[in-house]
Amino acid sequence: MAGDLYNKPILFAIVAAAVVLIGTAVTMFIPMLTAEMHPKLSNLKPYTALQLAGKDIYQREGCNNCHTQTVRPLKTEVMRYGEYSKAGEFAYDRPFLWGSKRTGPDLARIGGKYPDKWHEIHFDNPQSMFAESNMPAYGWLKNNTLDPASIERHMKANDFPYTSDDMAQLKDKTELDALIAYVQVIGTAVKKAPATAAQPAIKETHIPNPLAGDPVAIKQGAAMYKQHCVACHGDNGQGGIGPSLVDKMFLYVAGDMPDDDYFEIINNGTQPGMIEDGRTAKGGMPSYSNTLDKNKIWALVAYIRSLQAKK
Amino acid sequence: MSDYRYDNQTVKGFIVSSIFWGVVGIVIGLWISVQMWMPSLNIPPFFTFGRLRVVHTNGLAFGLGIGAIFGIFYYIVMRLTKRPLLFPKLARFHLYLFNTAIVLAALSLLAGMNQSLEYAELEWPLDIGVVILWVIFAVNIFGTIIKRKEEQMYISLWYVIATVIAVAVLYIVNNLSIPAGLTKSYHLFAGVNSANVQWWYGHNAVGFIFTTPILAMFYYFLPKSTGLPIFSHRLSIIAFWSLVFAYLWTGAHHLVYTPLPDWIQTLAIAFTIFLIAPSWGSVVNGYYTVGSDWSKMQTNYLTKFFILGITFYGLQTVQGPTQGLRVVSQLIHYTDWVPGHVHMGTMGWVTLTAVASIYYIIPKIYNTEIYSERIANIHFWLVLIGQLIFSITMWITGIMQGALWKATTSDGSLKYTFMEIVAKNYPYWKMRTLGGVIFTVGMLFFIYNIYMTMRKGKLELAGAKA
Repeated sequence: MAGDLYNKPILFAIVAAAVVLIGTAVTMFIPMLTAEMHPKLSNLKPYTALQLAGKDIYQREGCNNCHTQTVRPLKTEVMRYGEYSKAGEFAYDRPFLWGSKRTGPDLARIGGKYPDKWHEIHFDNPQSMFAESNMPAYGWLKNNTLDPASIERHMKANDFPYTSDDMAQLKDKTELDALIAYVQVIGTAVKKAPATAAQPAIKETHIPNPLAGDPVAIKQGAAMYKQHCVACHGDNGQGGIGPSLVDKMFLYVAGDMPDDDYFEIINNGTQPGMIEDGRTAKGGMPSYSNTLDKNKIWALVAYIRSLQAKK
Repeated sequence: MSDYRYDNQTVKGFIVSSIFWGVVGIVIGLWISVQMWMPSLNIPPFFTFGRLRVVHTNGLAFGLGIGAIFGIFYYIVMRLTKRPLLFPKLARFHLYLFNTAIVLAALSLLAGMNQSLEYAELEWPLDIGVVILWVIFAVNIFGTIIKRKEEQMYISLWYVIATVIAVAVLYIVNNLSIPAGLTKSYHLFAGVNSANVQWWYGHNAVGFIFTTPILAMFYYFLPKSTGLPIFSHRLSIIAFWSLVFAYLWTGAHHLVYTPLPDWIQTLAIAFTIFLIAPSWGSVVNGYYTVGSDWSKMQTNYLTKFFILGITFYGLQTVQGPTQGLRVVSQLIHYTDWVPGHVHMGTMGWVTLTAVASIYYIIPKIYNTEIYSERIANIHFWLVLIGQLIFSITMWITGIMQGALWKATTSDGSLKYTFMEIVAKNYPYWKMRTLGGVIFTVGMLFFIYNIYMTMRKGKLELAGAKA
């Protein structure tokens, strides 16, 4: 009886199809019919026309071949990238862009991590910021303008809301603007947890830098400055993408601040509107709390002080 | 024999085409391997890593892989049904359409038309073309099998049938999308669901393009070239059904620790471990087949291709399930370990078995002997060494990456920045390119040998006529 199967190709094909479809139904088709597979965070917003155009470019250039967009719930991964990815963050992604290889870093929490200007310079010449980077340059995207007609078609296909004003604004934008707009919105539906507890608006007591003036620490700080800070604050702290560290301003208000405020900014990073010791941040700076330990941050502060002294 | 001449030409056409696309795919593979350590080799807009990598994977999976499968399946089916193809002209049309599709696929991917679904990157108009190609193929294969002149269907035909059915289901479902113009579409499935559908497809594309068709070749050409019968028919029955059953449950092992529901991940991991059994069913069957006369390894130059091929299949199907385990996945997922794994399967198992099948077919079609066994042996050792350098280097890099990503200092902060870890990869990435170059040189020996065999066959035929 069972032996007949191997003499009857049509019956064999039907049985083979049925066998193949069992696992398909249980792991793929049936879950699709449940709410579990269609979660959406309450504050997740559809992409704007400019962001969608950027996402299309991200796909066209195959960015997902080298960058993942999912932070695994593993301790060091959350430290490196931020809050682990939630199922409800991806409801507007057709398809998902989690990727499968991290030649470059994960981008699930890249949105808002750096200012736009940072991305502009980095896309233009990644090696200018990270000499050993192997990322291709994408500055050529700024020579390409957007095509509002096709973007409108793409918005419709996704059923994303838009106004004629949104479309009109696209005309002056380049592909690089669009890509940056997309990168800046990735992962922003999940609120960033602050690295340390919020500080009172104006602090009453201050902690001095235990490594102030220590020549070994200053040397160590110089190396770290070159690695982490130089791209935004310049070779000698003169500023660039980020503000100058050697003028007499701190967070856009005249007058210097004590060492521990420097420590906190490096540790926590900044987001627009964040208050540090009574002064308000305008730009975004990444947090280094998980990359640099306490001593390293104090060494960096010591080095910044030495730059200020040189001036 | 003359009944088969026209069909044999079609088979040869597919084999030559697949070798051509194989060269294109391998050269692009070398190029992107150099881009990994020399970013100045990125030439925008068409030749950046992000665009070339998909041309590499698609060129080899569809151009070399599927092209060889089409040709070799036609050959196997004719022999096992004891008749020519039912629709010879359709098969010839299939060949032309196949090459047209691959040209368009390569150009569209270079132009950045990309669905961003791994191994299903082609945009929707080409997807329709692929489905048409597959239907043409299926009609001829099923038609010829139904009208066969040999009552019993041999093991290879089971794998042929399973391949034709499963690839059709997988390809159609994962490519369902919402078109937004001729060159752009959006996946019908979104977010987590999209991921689940894609990796159900992605993993089973490996299963039904790089496993079942290659097993069909293995079960046919190993006994043919050695003259030894398959060790156990019963074992092949058990291995076949458990393989095609279990494969479809395992896709989510690609999504371990992602936001995909845990139960789907766990179920996939469990079935992945189970999959060792049917995979090794075929490995054992292969070993015991040659086990009845191991001297074939010395006396028949093709035996070592098949035995090394099935050995890499065996290693691959132990390494793969191991990678599915959460404790292993958290270390090696997203690292260079994974390309190391993939290339053991493709450069080891798939290529060794397919080239051995081609070494068998081409002299048969031309009614001659292989041009040079010596060159075939050089080819064998070069691709073996090249592949081992590639894979082993990538496993070492992968473990290093995974470990350094996780490394912390005594106070609990991360020990290395991402960039510091990238910089440590360069020596290994260069080593990988070296492995690739050796492999490529080996493949050039193969191509030369096949070319000279065809030339020799033609000359002999002309001599016989005169």
